[in-house]
Amino acid sequence: MNDAPLTEIDVLWITAGLSCDGDTIAATGATQPSLESLILGAIPGIPRIRLWNPFLAYETGDALIERYHAAAEGRLDPFLLVVEGSIPDEQNKSEGYWAGFGTDRSTGQPILTVDWIDRLAPRAWAVLAAGTCAAYGGIHAIAGNPTGCMGLADHLGAGWRSGAGIPIVNLPGCPVQPDNFTETLLYLLYQAVGRAPMIPLDEAGRPIWLFAQTVHEGCDRGGYYEQADFTVEYGASSCIVKLGCWGPVVMCNVGKRGWMGGVGGCPNVGGICIGCTMPGFPDKFMPFMEEPPGARMSTAAVVMYGTTVRALRRFTKISMDAEPEWRRRGGAADHEKDGG
Amino acid sequence: MSTNERSNVVEMSWDPVTRIVGSLGIHTKIDFGTRRVIECRATSSIFRGYSVFLRGKDPRDAHFITSRICGICGDNHATCAIYAQNMAFGIKPPVIAEWIINLAEAAEYMFDHNLFQDNLVGVDYCEQMVRETNPGVWAEAERTPAPHAEAHGFRVIADIMRALNPFTGSFYREALEMSRVCREMYCLMGGRHVHPSTLYPGGVGTVASPQLFTDYLTRLVRYIEFLKRSVPLHDDLFDFFYQALPGYEQVGRRRVMLACWGGFQNPGACDFRYETMRSWGREMYVTPGIVIDGELVTTDLVDINLGIRILVGGSFYDDWVGGETFVKTDPLGNPVDPRHPWNQTTKPRPQKRDFASRYTWVFAPRWYHAPSGQYLALDSGGGPLARLWVTALAGRVRMDHVEATGSSVKIRLPRTATRAEVELEWRIPRFANTLERNRARTYFQAYAAAAALHFLERGMREVHAGNTRTWTEFKVPDEAIGCGFHEAVRGMLSHHLVIRDGKIANYQPYPPTPWNASPRDEYGTPGPYEDAVENTPLFEENGPDRFKGIDIMRTIRSFDPCLPCGVHMYLGDGRIIEARHSPTLGVQVVEGR
Repeated sequence: MNDAPLTEIDVLWITAGLSCDGDTIAATGATQPSLESLILGAIPGIPRIRLWNPFLAYETGDALIERYHAAAEGRLDPFLLVVEGSIPDEQNKSEGYWAGFGTDRSTGQPILTVDWIDRLAPRAWAVLAAGTCAAYGGIHAIAGNPTGCMGLADHLGAGWRSGAGIPIVNLPGCPVQPDNFTETLLYLLYQAVGRAPMIPLDEAGRPIWLFAQTVHEGCDRGGYYEQADFTVEYGASSCIVKLGCWGPVVMCNVGKRGWMGGVGGCPNVGGICIGCTMPGFPDKFMPFMEEPPGARMSTAAVVMYGTTVRALRRFTKISMDAEPEWRRRGGAADHEKDGG
Repeated sequence: MSTNERSNVVEMSWDPVTRIVGSLGIHTKIDFGTRRVIECRATSSIFRGYSVFLRGKDPRDAHFITSRICGICGDNHATCAIYAQNMAFGIKPPVIAEWIINLAEAAEYMFDHNLFQDNLVGVDYCEQMVRETNPGVWAEAERTPAPHAEAHGFRVIADIMRALNPFTGSFYREALEMSRVCREMYCLMGGRHVHPSTLYPGGVGTVASPQLFTDYLTRLVRYIEFLKRSVPLHDDLFDFFYQALPGYEQVGRRRVMLACWGGFQNPGACDFRYETMRSWGREMYVTPGIVIDGELVTTDLVDINLGIRILVGGSFYDDWVGGETFVKTDPLGNPVDPRHPWNQTTKPRPQKRDFASRYTWVFAPRWYHAPSGQYLALDSGGGPLARLWVTALAGRVRMDHVEATGSSVKIRLPRTATRAEVELEWRIPRFANTLERNRARTYFQAYAAAAALHFLERGMREVHAGNTRTWTEFKVPDEAIGCGFHEAVRGMLSHHLVIRDGKIANYQPYPPTPWNASPRDEYGTPGPYEDAVENTPLFEENGPDRFKGIDIMRTIRSFDPCLPCGVHMYLGDGRIIEARHSPTLGVQVVEGR
């Protein structure tokens, strides 16, 4: 990195992992901040981003790929690398490829996505794994998959640091929650100009302020759990832990934050948490529609306490649902007569 | 094709094709003498293996997993998977659950077409692009008044193009914001986007209340108000290209071979049983069917189902025929072909890419047309073109605000805050070409919005009547088969499921892009992209050295590719190929320059 104050930074995005582009598309849904606000310089004091993402790029073919070659050869500096999709094991077969991005002119064959990552990561100012696939392997690394794929840290090594000393920033989610993504990008932009300290990450590489709570801790159905009100029917408003919700043991803020503009989510709106932000996803959460084994014990433990609390609350609520007696015609006079 | 005596054939590729979903490579040979594409290969360079790793899993996990096939239309997969599970488990969800799913899917169409049309396709028609590819057309756009200026507010065509410039264009940014409003509508019904959280076999987990419908409705009327500007804006833009570039109707033109698997279930008719699929299929609010050369050859989902064949062609897979058969006959006793998805075994065979033989991770789905004995490379026209064409011809759909007439589809957008009622009519066009695929995309946004008004009204009726249970209980059978037919945003989508010992024995999802982006098959028939690009005339004003391939890119994007798989192309620096009258694959390449 040169020492001139940063006014712009390139964001190089590889969507050619084993991905569905869902994290890119989620990012276009963000409003806090929105992608266009970062591109158009709406936020003071941070560098604008020059975004190179195949889904949105004006350029096509070589005009786009050239930016990636420039970065790999040290002609584009600094840049932030975003990786989307799982990283396949290209060593598990005799020929061919699981994932490629662009064509190698000398061979006429696709350039392997893993080769891009190996060439770009060492030169990147920071590396951001967008989505559970890039972070931990995700759905494509499920048992029985043919590609032997993995997350970025599995590929680069657990203690990996960028040239600037930044660990891999994992932003899990399937897809990533839109604002979680752009907000993390915003944090890194602040950090890039020295206006924020090193991004605080947990053991799994996740931004702590977004992933320190479980789904359950931010779920507005938690009150039903406490009162042992567990539904056995999808579509009810009460707690769905017996229907397959893993929220009590999953690190994710969707229940609290909503999905977009505060709308939607998962268990808070009747969708069981399937643990899609977690390193153990999906295998350790399947079959999704079965009650988690741990929940069976916990809910049994809650039942006696919860039903008692519910009964007591119901009793208090009946009282609280009635107005004070002086609120009626002539009531105030009676009230005074009684000596107030 | 006329041959030019100074034929000048250049090999050109675009890698990756951007502004689509996933990776796609388009490799062409272009004759700059005759200004035509003479050969095209579509290739995809990413493989994940869903049908491989779904084997042995709990069938109830199918919709959660298959949603991850695609990051822009995953909910279409989840919905289709639920249809297949409902059939296999023998259940019918409550009526209100079907209205909720229809509302979710309507929001998905509205979101996806909006984002794709004006933030991806629109860039091909924006000021910057037109100036770089057709300066003459730009000059004319500056002089040409927009016929519907009063409706959309842009005085001349060039103003529309300026408004489509990426990020700086006003309409580009507005469309991006509207795509978020639509996604909020989706989240209200499906929990989250794009991988839903509240969809289940047997119904939904969405809490049905007046508030749910109010929150959706208030967003929908905003979107309808926006459509009253968006539809005439796109009509003006696309009509201008016909006027500015005579002959442009030939760009991306293909024989009319359109397929639609039907969208929006009618809960009054649909019980998800295979035995009755013929009748409930015809009651869908987007009619299923196949149009060949202007004729509607079927609207029967059983016929459609039995005609599907998966060919291997130029794909990186080993054949499976002769191996295990899962389904010998369908539940009506009809024989099921070994090449049918129910009987397919996916055997990936990674190998070097060779455009003379095997060159892509995409299979070659075809539809067997018994009268001609041909395996037809049907396409979806990007989705909307086939949906509107089939629905118009079938003349069956009648909703509060939508009517299919036999030759057109009428869509009524009721009065909104600042705009009067508008009636739109999509008429069957003369050609299935690039511009008409795009035009249909805008009209289908209006179709989905008008349909959503119908579903909202019916959903509210259920709430008012107290019918708010949204889920039906079920048991997973030990042995069963199921199929789901649905219209994804980009067109026909099928999921075929086989259950043995209570687990998934076989699962084969076939989205529209495998049809559209398929390679040559065993019979030498090119896939639809290849076919639409080959023989397309080129109107770009640049020569080989600065060529952007805009007419080719417009054609590919008109199909709305969605290849979470790989793609690549490169542009410029073309290699000159020895001139041949009819070059074939494997022609000797002579390095130019």
